[in-house]
Amino acid sequence: MTAEAATAGIPRLSFRGSLSRNRRWALILSYFFLILFAIFFLTPPYYALVTATKDSAQISNQSTDPWMPVLPPTSTNITALMGATDFPIYFMNTVIVTLCTVAITMLISVPAAFSLGRMKFWGSGVFATGVFLTYLVPDSLLFIPMFKIVGALGLLNSYWALVLVYPTLTVPFCTWIMIGYFQSIPKELDEAALIDGANHVQMLFKIFIPVALPGLIAATIFAFTVSWSEFVYPMAFIFSSNQLVLTAGTVTTLVKADVYQWGMIMTAALFAAAPPLIIYAFLMDYYIAGLTAGATKG
Amino acid sequence: MAQVALRNVVKKFDRTEAVRGINLDIEDKEFIVLVGPSGCGKSTTLRMIAGLEETTSGEIYIGDALVNDVPPKDRDIAMVFQNYALYPHMTVYENMSFGLRLKKFPKAEIKSRVENAARILGITELLDRRPRQLSGGQRQRVAMGRAIVRNPKVFLFDEPLSNLDAKLRVQMRTEIKKVHQTVKTTTVYVTHDQVEAMTLADRVVVMNAGTIEQIDAPNDLYHNPKTRFVAGFIGSPAMNFLTCRLAEASGALSVRLNDGLSFPVPASRTARYRPYANRELLFGLRPEHITEARAGGAPGHAEFEVPVDVVEPMGMETLVYFIVNGFEVCARVNPAAAPNAGETARLSADLNQMHLIDPKNDLVI
Repeated sequence: MTAEAATAGIPRLSFRGSLSRNRRWALILSYFFLILFAIFFLTPPYYALVTATKDSAQISNQSTDPWMPVLPPTSTNITALMGATDFPIYFMNTVIVTLCTVAITMLISVPAAFSLGRMKFWGSGVFATGVFLTYLVPDSLLFIPMFKIVGALGLLNSYWALVLVYPTLTVPFCTWIMIGYFQSIPKELDEAALIDGANHVQMLFKIFIPVALPGLIAATIFAFTVSWSEFVYPMAFIFSSNQLVLTAGTVTTLVKADVYQWGMIMTAALFAAAPPLIIYAFLMDYYIAGLTAGATKG
Repeated sequence: MAQVALRNVVKKFDRTEAVRGINLDIEDKEFIVLVGPSGCGKSTTLRMIAGLEETTSGEIYIGDALVNDVPPKDRDIAMVFQNYALYPHMTVYENMSFGLRLKKFPKAEIKSRVENAARILGITELLDRRPRQLSGGQRQRVAMGRAIVRNPKVFLFDEPLSNLDAKLRVQMRTEIKKVHQTVKTTTVYVTHDQVEAMTLADRVVVMNAGTIEQIDAPNDLYHNPKTRFVAGFIGSPAMNFLTCRLAEASGALSVRLNDGLSFPVPASRTARYRPYANRELLFGLRPEHITEARAGGAPGHAEFEVPVDVVEPMGMETLVYFIVNGFEVCARVNPAAAPNAGETARLSADLNQMHLIDPKNDLVI
């Protein structure tokens, strides 16, 4: 403001003033929308947290504001969830299924993306597009035929069925992401490696994977998120409590007919959301920032 | 250390012919520069020697071995790329030692080779850095270091200085020449920059449209171009070309440019040019051979007067442009004697340096 006041009488400088005014407006608008989005996205977790810290009586008490926390918070929901339900088993099952899915996805899509993206062969372009198209078929259409296949393999009611089926969701998209990453690496880099004496496997492991690590991490996060949060397949394929995963398990155990155990449901939701949250917010950000800084520019 | 030979090498991409049957013999320890305009096939030729492109037909020999079907890693070559192609996730030391590590060299040997190459290039203190922490010139040095440590039979350079700014380019040019004098390895160097070609090469290969126009030492290329293309490509500003008629009168030849302007052919050239008497030819003379007229003149020099069109002072010399027969002609004159635009200047052409070109086949007579 002082700068503006000082330069008010000088036409040449008032141009600079209008630029900074422009920028100030852009910032104000940015912050406005950022805050709007933050409220929009943080409201549900806040509500879950508030509800999770109340016992059933407090939740059903019509005279209190459901948005306000009750002090002191109660831990009855946590103890009940951990002690009286199979929630810890769901959690372990989900961890096993997710880790296996991520591993299988990476084992398939990294070499697939490398060959489709870097080794030109007849039909590689069409094939790459085809891989992506398969991703566009929704799981709600596929679960009935998948049910037949899983049944024929004798894997119904086992979380290993999920380990088998989830890669059909993750592999196409992860391959597609990584084709893009691999293609963005200058071709001189593989030529230099070729002259240095690397074969294709060495080239992949010593050059391409380290250089495309940000892409690999993006793909890993995607595979992780999909297999952690997938709902339709476990709902369809698994019936026993000791085989269930978090998504389907929470709903089937904590909703009995029309009785919703809100406190425990919200606690379960928060616990289920914690691992992805931790991975997104801390580990991966840190990891990607450290790597992208030096990785892609020659 | 080895010689390289190309025999009738052809490269076709789909239907376009990038390289049209070239033959080239490169001596052991020789520094050869392939130069030409973009799309002339020079890079493709280099990549075929490297094994990064397959030949469509013809043979390539490194040493005495036919290498057509030998993969790049077994050709015992090292290549420096235009964009350096350093591995971004490795330190300078790791970049330089990558090839040796793949070949399972002993650690001590790798260390001594890398340190030796780093010393030659003056990058010893950079060995722990990553490529992104280096300037363009330093990256270029590392790329050269990566080539040197492998102690290959042949060095291949693909426009290695094109990404550097003008000042650094000149500096690195000298550096490359020094390295070659130290390491003495057969070198094939591709560039579109004729100054780089002239300054670095033992012999320059001028390429155009997939064929070799001329192979010669830099000075021979400059003084005795064999084709119109070479005459026009080598030298800056480029050689002036004018249509002319080789007139014969009472046994003496003269180059007749138009009714008002004609130059006598020096006696030393008469025999060579006589068969072309009374033909329409192309007269070529470099700007540096058209200077201001000096008192007394010199044998073989012809003076003439022209109205000056444009004057470009360069400091050490001044370029003077004028029009003859509708063609723009450039002369390089002493700044002290430079005319002004619009004035009539008296200039002198050194006809001992003239060239005549047969327009039927574009060959220099």
